[in-house]
Amino acid sequence: MANQRDIANARKNRLEIIKAGLTRRDLFKMGLLTSAGYLIQKNGLSAWAQSCAAGSCQPGCSPLIPPFLDPLYIPPVVPSRPLTDPAFKLAPQQCPHNTINPAINRPYEGRGQYDGVLRTGKDCFQYFHRYPPQVYFVQRLRANHNFRITSDTSIPVQTIWGFNQGGSDPAMVPGPTIVTHYQRPFLVRRFNELPPQAQNGGFGVPEVSPHLHNYHSGPESDGGPCRFFFRGQFYDYYHTGQQAGFSTTPFSPTGDVRESLGSLWYHDHRKDHTAENTYKGMAGFQVNFNQFDTGDEGTGFRLPSFPEYDIPLLLADKLVDPGTGLLCFDTFGFDGLVGDVQLVNGKVQPFQDVSARRYRFRVLDTGPSRFYELHLTDPRNPSTRIYFWVIGNDGNLLPKPFLTDMIRMGPAERFDIVIDFARLQKQFGVSVLNLENRLLQTDGRAPKSVLPGGQGTVCMQFRIGAAVPDGSLDPMKGGMTFYQLPPTTTVVPRITRTFNFNRKNGQWQINGRGLDSCADIRFTVQRGAPEKWILINTSGGWQHPVHIHTEEFQILSRDGNVPTMGERSRKDVCRLQFNERVELMIRFRDFLGDYPMHCHNVVHEDHNMMMLWQIGTVGDNNTAP
Amino acid sequence: MSGITRRTWLTAGSASAVAGLAARMGAGDDHANHPTRKWEQVSPREVIRRRHLPNVELITQDGKSVHFYDDLVKDKMVLINFMYAHCEKICPTMTANLAHVQKMLPERIGHDIFMYSISLKPEEDTPEVLKEYAKMHGAGPGWLFLTGKPEDIETLRRSLGFTSPDAEEDADKSNHIGMIRIGNEPMLRWSACPAEIRPQGIITTILAEADDPLIGPASETGTAAATAK
Repeated sequence: MANQRDIANARKNRLEIIKAGLTRRDLFKMGLLTSAGYLIQKNGLSAWAQSCAAGSCQPGCSPLIPPFLDPLYIPPVVPSRPLTDPAFKLAPQQCPHNTINPAINRPYEGRGQYDGVLRTGKDCFQYFHRYPPQVYFVQRLRANHNFRITSDTSIPVQTIWGFNQGGSDPAMVPGPTIVTHYQRPFLVRRFNELPPQAQNGGFGVPEVSPHLHNYHSGPESDGGPCRFFFRGQFYDYYHTGQQAGFSTTPFSPTGDVRESLGSLWYHDHRKDHTAENTYKGMAGFQVNFNQFDTGDEGTGFRLPSFPEYDIPLLLADKLVDPGTGLLCFDTFGFDGLVGDVQLVNGKVQPFQDVSARRYRFRVLDTGPSRFYELHLTDPRNPSTRIYFWVIGNDGNLLPKPFLTDMIRMGPAERFDIVIDFARLQKQFGVSVLNLENRLLQTDGRAPKSVLPGGQGTVCMQFRIGAAVPDGSLDPMKGGMTFYQLPPTTTVVPRITRTFNFNRKNGQWQINGRGLDSCADIRFTVQRGAPEKWILINTSGGWQHPVHIHTEEFQILSRDGNVPTMGERSRKDVCRLQFNERVELMIRFRDFLGDYPMHCHNVVHEDHNMMMLWQIGTVGDNNTAP
Repeated sequence: MSGITRRTWLTAGSASAVAGLAARMGAGDDHANHPTRKWEQVSPREVIRRRHLPNVELITQDGKSVHFYDDLVKDKMVLINFMYAHCEKICPTMTANLAHVQKMLPERIGHDIFMYSISLKPEEDTPEVLKEYAKMHGAGPGWLFLTGKPEDIETLRRSLGFTSPDAEEDADKSNHIGMIRIGNEPMLRWSACPAEIRPQGIITTILAEADDPLIGPASETGTAAATAK
């Protein structure tokens, strides 16, 4: 708590700043404001008043919102439903329901539409009869006009567009968590009940294409940029529930268990408008279990039990209009958006009361453009290095856990971490730990520098309580292993392709071209055959998190160097830092059809930093597509 | 923040404004809940207009004076790009692509979709120069080439987002932003596509933006029909 002298001193300093005529934006650029908008503690300055004009939508201008007012929101789990549920009146079938719904003059089901145009006979579910669905879910995309990002009642309620649990319940941000198990094929029916375009509150479009990032799916179920559907329609997303390699020997019929995916997320992917839609709330978590990663700490790998001790953390940075108090998104930008209001699971800088035992956190950077470097910080001793375990990268469990004091994340990357609060409490005598982002980033281009402990943005605060029984394994005891990585050194790629990620006059391009249209499919890979892809960042002062759909890749080298411990993993998002050249090994099995590769700084993606390619039975030889 | 308007802020050097500010920031405010703040009640469409669509005066290639928001953008679907007559780098491709777009959509351009090319060098690009440029590239009616006062053009350029975060690059007109901004103003729907993608791609993007089949104040429960079956 600040004492009277501190308050008076701080006020004196603030008045000097006012007299000097520095705007909040100046301070932000001078590094005197944290990305949450607070004057850094070092100079004895503290939170101060708004100065930006009403209608501003940029970092440094959002109204100040106090941290730690709200407990961490943990999204509920979407209930599965029987086929007798009224939502399935039109029963799910292999091929889309193309019959026209007279109320909207469009087909009942949006599947089969490509770039908005119906292609009859297309987008039937591959492998549907081999792996008939066993579990069904429903979600409805709708507006929620009473959403709070903080319980500070001086900030108004917000309108979000997002997902619900399938009934008459309101949409939430993040959306509810979908829980699935390998070898149990599942189907999600999504209804588009969004408001009409003109009621978007300034950003958002009501055609959507929710993508399950990064499940091994056919294009008909993947949620790609061109398969958006309209208000009044539904779209069935079917997934075989098998790991990659399920359709051929030696791994059929269940696939290669080493290709198991765990922490996934679903978010909108509509061409040209992905950034505003995802930002507006269309994002949620999907947690995938199997016989080893069971969700029960008494079985399998014995990781902390879901849901009490296995918790998704969706990081999102937002901007708020200082005039209206409402979430804002500038649809006129090309470079990326960083916010100065830090949300975790939809609330401003929440706190979580945790027991003194191990927890698993599935951390996700939802973007749109911010990079994070996350540390655990003891607020009394911010420079102390505090360690935690990394067990998974982009939803893939590593060969074994490794100990670290920080994780660096770009948009769409996920890290599964285990924090042993009991051990940390004992070792450091802490009862409060901050999850702190120490990466300074002031615009959508790239992060700038790493701040000292205590001077970054606190994303959320853990408050450690009493000890409780912990049935999970302790990684510190050694011997904990997950899956071996499928080999890359003995694999001979069929072809090597190079992709330059560049910028020309503000236009985002891959190999000198932005995505032309949904018809622009630039190359064909041969189903099952490994390929080496070389990704090069030639865009100058920007960094790009590059995402490839359908399968996970492994990084062979980064600028000629062997990957670090944390990157010896299967991944689906490759962070391209300044001028980097990354070589990776990838292959595409089981399915046929078209998929994207794109930058996951979604503002870049929307300004055409995307490429469509397809899996065919015969691949082409285009080495620089 | 309650009571602080742009004008108040600009005069914050004055003692009374500063005192007022200090009072509002006063008692124990470091992390306390603020008292109820006063928020603006303004329509989202108006927020966009104020932020991005200034009503600056421009002159068309026919010498006609127009106001950007009132005459060119309000209630319309628009395609906007920036160029200048002697631009040699991307403008040739950009203008050729736009000419192709116009040729392929004769029933739309000038009727419900309007094209505006705005000069980055208003000192050089007089209406006559622009008229010649338009003629040279085969531009037809419904596609305006616009010039105006340099400070107004600059305001417009910034408001429409045609800037680079790198100050040096931003100052170099020959390296200007080569995007086409696509807007459906009454529908609050804005996007942009690179000007150098193949023109067919620009066309399909424009049509996707223009032809939302479900435009209109349909009720939010209008999907009951779809789910009831």
